[in-house]
Amino acid sequence: MSIEVAQQELVEEFSIFDDWMGRYEYVIDLGKALPEFPEQWQTEANRIKGCQSQVWLNMEMQDGKLHIDGTSDAAIVKGLVAIVLGVYSDHSPHDILSAKPDFIKDIGFTDHLSPTRSNGLHAMLRAIYQKAGEFASS
Amino acid sequence: MGVPAKKSFSYPIEAIRAGFPALHQDINGSPLTYLDNGASTQKPQVMIDAISQFYSHDYANVHRGIHSLSQRATDQFEAARETVRSFINAKVIEEVVFTTGTTDSINLIAASFGSAFIAKDDRILISEMEHHSNIVPWQILAERKGAHIDVIPVLENGELDLDVFHSRLSERTKIVAVTQVSNALGTINPIDEITLAAHKVGAKVVLDGAQSIAHMPVDMQALDCDFYVFSGHKIFGPTGIGVLYGKQALLEAMPPYRSGGDMIKTVSFSGTEYNVLPYKFEAGTPHIAGAIGLAAVMDYLSEIGMENIEAYEHDLLAYGTHEMNKIEGLRLIGTANNKAGILSFIIEGAHASDLGTLLDHQGVAIRVGHHCAMPVMEKFGLEATSRASLAMYNNRDDIDRLIAALQRSIAML
Repeated sequence: MSIEVAQQELVEEFSIFDDWMGRYEYVIDLGKALPEFPEQWQTEANRIKGCQSQVWLNMEMQDGKLHIDGTSDAAIVKGLVAIVLGVYSDHSPHDILSAKPDFIKDIGFTDHLSPTRSNGLHAMLRAIYQKAGEFASS
Repeated sequence: MGVPAKKSFSYPIEAIRAGFPALHQDINGSPLTYLDNGASTQKPQVMIDAISQFYSHDYANVHRGIHSLSQRATDQFEAARETVRSFINAKVIEEVVFTTGTTDSINLIAASFGSAFIAKDDRILISEMEHHSNIVPWQILAERKGAHIDVIPVLENGELDLDVFHSRLSERTKIVAVTQVSNALGTINPIDEITLAAHKVGAKVVLDGAQSIAHMPVDMQALDCDFYVFSGHKIFGPTGIGVLYGKQALLEAMPPYRSGGDMIKTVSFSGTEYNVLPYKFEAGTPHIAGAIGLAAVMDYLSEIGMENIEAYEHDLLAYGTHEMNKIEGLRLIGTANNKAGILSFIIEGAHASDLGTLLDHQGVAIRVGHHCAMPVMEKFGLEATSRASLAMYNNRDDIDRLIAALQRSIAML
């Protein structure tokens, strides 16, 4: 599934809900379904700064694609990690760099999870795009 | 323990709530439940009207005009100072300095009193529960002067360890700076005992009134502290206005803090003569409308009676504590015997930021985080708590909505 299709599917999934509590419930459930994140990956280098809660992303190249694992100690943010991984993990750095993070706005996250609320969504995306940039140029 | 009974005194809660327009709105589809009063308070219509009236009809600069409007503005500004004096029962208006807020007031003391009266190896005694604004200015002063900071530790229940307080007081202690009410724990500190002991060794007492001024009567002459500081916005007044109370003799002896217009009597290149109190500490055009708004709020509060507000909030805190203790896995942080309306808590398995977000989506405004009091959070081994903080306009419905929203949030997490 391309990044664009994954983004479109997310937007559709979220449009089913008519209130934000329902959306949060869904976000939290997505976080609970994330694969386990080993403790040895919870390093300072993997920590995403700029979040009220702790967020870790572990990124490595596997067969030419950026594989991303992640977690957070807060449930909503962990769900956001799951959403971001579902969109960006296991794609080539080139595909990641050419994808726009429009789904954030389309889901309505910009109104409800703006950068000033320090949930780390933007910091996570920045880290992923930056890592993709490093691998693309190496 | 049963549900605390409602007190018998009549408290005009409905009329009070009606006087605060911001309380009557929906947030994310639910009626606003505003429980972030520790951070800042909502504003009564009487305050909004006073500022509007001033800017619409009475505005000019103060203390310098020959024209009528300037005189009118000056009269109102100085009347506001008298209102503040009366509200905190200072002896004279010379003891009431307008600042931009608590932080500004503490910085003024640290910079001015500190530069004149703190020397190498002097000691400054503060408590572990202080807000950063009552820690950092003293650290900077200590570093500048080669003085030392001593700390009064906090006990498990959130009270100060007074044994250690007494043992750390010495002839070298020049300043004791403590908060009257802890913003993170709600503890009301035993100011009488602290002040008496501090004065015995010749130390000056700085009280942080940010979390007490809106919640209980404060009387400078009874407290006998040397300095008392608070912010207007935490007592339903405007942002950007605050007060420094200082005993007159001390303020007289202190050098100016900031310099410029209004704080001088005469200026020449051979020497400048400073203005009298309180203007010596009020360089530049002051926040005139802020002072007028603050005075309007204080008049309003005096009508209701601070002792009535204190009793009402005490009752509401007892109710809130009782209801919160029913929630499984919830632990209150700060269980002092003498507490103001602050309910700081953690819930097992629920991150504070999740609770804050989910509560917001149910219309409930609380604060989550370290509350700018990182040392005391570290003491309890916590990075963050959730904090519901009460004010005069909260009621039992607010508590009930908080509890219901918490329960729904916990079920989701």
